Amino acid sequence: MAFEGLDFEEALVALRKEIAAARSSPDSDPDHLQRLVDQHDALARELFSRLTAWQVTQVARHANRPYTLDYISMLFEDFSEIHGDRSFGDDPALVCGTALFRGQPVVVIGHQKGRDMKQRIYRNFGQPKPEGYRKALRVMKMAEKFARPIICLIDTPGAYPGIDAEERGQAEAIARNLREMSAMRVPIVVVVTGEGGSGGALAIGVGDRVMILQNAIYSVISPEGCAAILWKDARMAETAAEKLGLTASKLLALGLVDAVLPEPPGGAHADPQAAAETVGASIAKSLSELQRLTPAKLLDQRYEKFRRMGVFTLAAES
Amino acid sequence: MDWSKKRTPLQAPDKKGVPEGLWVRCNNCREALFRKQVVENMNCCPKCQYHFRLTAKERIEMLLDDGVFEEYDADLTPADPLNFTDLKPYASRLKAAYASTGLREAFITSRGTMGGIPVVLGVMEYNFIGGSMGSVVGEKVTRAIEMSLTEKIPLILISCSGGARMMEGALSLMQMAKISAALARLHAEAIPYISVLTDPTTGGVTASFAMLGDLNIAEPKALIGFAGPRVIEQTIRKKLPDGFQRSEFLLEHGMLDALVPRPQMREYLIRSLRWFRPTESKV
Ligand SMILES: [Zn+2]
Repeated sequence: MAFEGLDFEEALVALRKEIAAARSSPDSDPDHLQRLVDQHDALARELFSRLTAWQVTQVARHANRPYTLDYISMLFEDFSEIHGDRSFGDDPALVCGTALFRGQPVVVIGHQKGRDMKQRIYRNFGQPKPEGYRKALRVMKMAEKFARPIICLIDTPGAYPGIDAEERGQAEAIARNLREMSAMRVPIVVVVTGEGGSGGALAIGVGDRVMILQNAIYSVISPEGCAAILWKDARMAETAAEKLGLTASKLLALGLVDAVLPEPPGGAHADPQAAAETVGASIAKSLSELQRLTPAKLLDQRYEKFRRMGVFTLAAES
Repeated sequence: MDWSKKRTPLQAPDKKGVPEGLWVRCNNCREALFRKQVVENMNCCPKCQYHFRLTAKERIEMLLDDGVFEEYDADLTPADPLNFTDLKPYASRLKAAYASTGLREAFITSRGTMGGIPVVLGVMEYNFIGGSMGSVVGEKVTRAIEMSLTEKIPLILISCSGGARMMEGALSLMQMAKISAALARLHAEAIPYISVLTDPTTGGVTASFAMLGDLNIAEPKALIGFAGPRVIEQTIRKKLPDGFQRSEFLLEHGMLDALVPRPQMREYLIRSLRWFRPTESKV
């Protein structure tokens, strides 16, 4: 896999190379290996404990970060992809399918980015068009019909801003998903694994549990877009990232996500398997809690959860 | 040389509405018009039917019987939860908006009757930070929907918005889910909801309540879309076709139920409300 590292992780990447070399060498000293691992983890914890919001954004977008299909292969069995919205076309930026999660039939839905340039173009950089959202909705409806839980993995820069997407009703597709998801009579578990890019993320994000990985982001607009509009200068993206409150801990404090899932030292891309284990455990725990509820109770709780979101005052004068 | 320029200090045409003064100039056909004539034509140009922007209050007074209404949740006020500052602090943008509009937020919830039929009418105010939707707009829209639900009264929402308000971050984004969930309940109870889209309606407002009406109708030539035209142009690096994202374009692509010119809007809405009204046998 080609490495596209970030400047602040250079030392970590060097250590990970050393660790990999030590692991593959037949006559390496186990104590030496352990020292390297400890050194890596200590440095990673130290570096990652003081990342700026802009650096977190870069980790969330990291080219080696596990994507939806990676999580599917690590966490689900018997995945069968379901293509197409039965109206216009298929959308490779949003993958849907049936699968088993720890033996249980579920549907899994997630944005998909590409690793190399060819894949990136094929996946439209993880930016769905209306047919992607409509495909996701019909697969969710099937899950509801057969009483199967829905697992959604969010990782998109946003819904595609293009002529064709507008012609086919990008806004209507997103709006409809928001309304229909809020009334879906089966458990919905959402994990933001990378980029939670605005309405294009939320369109598969109305769940009973919404969790976010430690270095993932969720935002009303990209820092670049915000900088271009409010500062009239896209180079202010770093400042905008700070102001937008898009990090996992900030979202938790604002009551917009239910839990922050810790990532392995150095981020999810440093150890995808470990990241997947955390995601899997949190999905399993959420499902076991939610599957005890009647559909009526489930819907009431989901409504109340989003109903509470928002901060305002009643001040007569400020 | 245009004669009127010398005689009357015509206000520079702006997108805010019909400027003050005896004479006004149409933003579209550039004709100099008697202000009185424009106002009598529901703030539309008598020559070319250009729709001047209305304030939320003007809109309500134009639509409800005798312009009479009760306002709700007028005291809900934004809280600046992120302590947001860009080139200006959000707090001072809010102060300026309070002063210029006399409102606490970009949305008025009203209740009155139309053709004698009780209705909850919510209208967005573009002059309040571009009609953007933060926590308070989200809360007011949700409460309007819930009032309509509890009282079993039809709902009309009139959009005019640049989308979600950036200065409240993801809190603004989540209002889309909150509002849409409330609309799901209205939908399940078969209480009618008519969405009226006006110039401009984009972003998170289009991608939530504006596109979820039993009827989605628009004024002519309104800019309506998910992504703004400039963002699309930058993404595809091409010039956008003429009329792209205007009401007529959406109608052609099957995304709107009808275009309704403003002078016919009240009549259209009353006719629809009558159609939706439960029949005698059901009551
Ligand atoms: Zn005109």
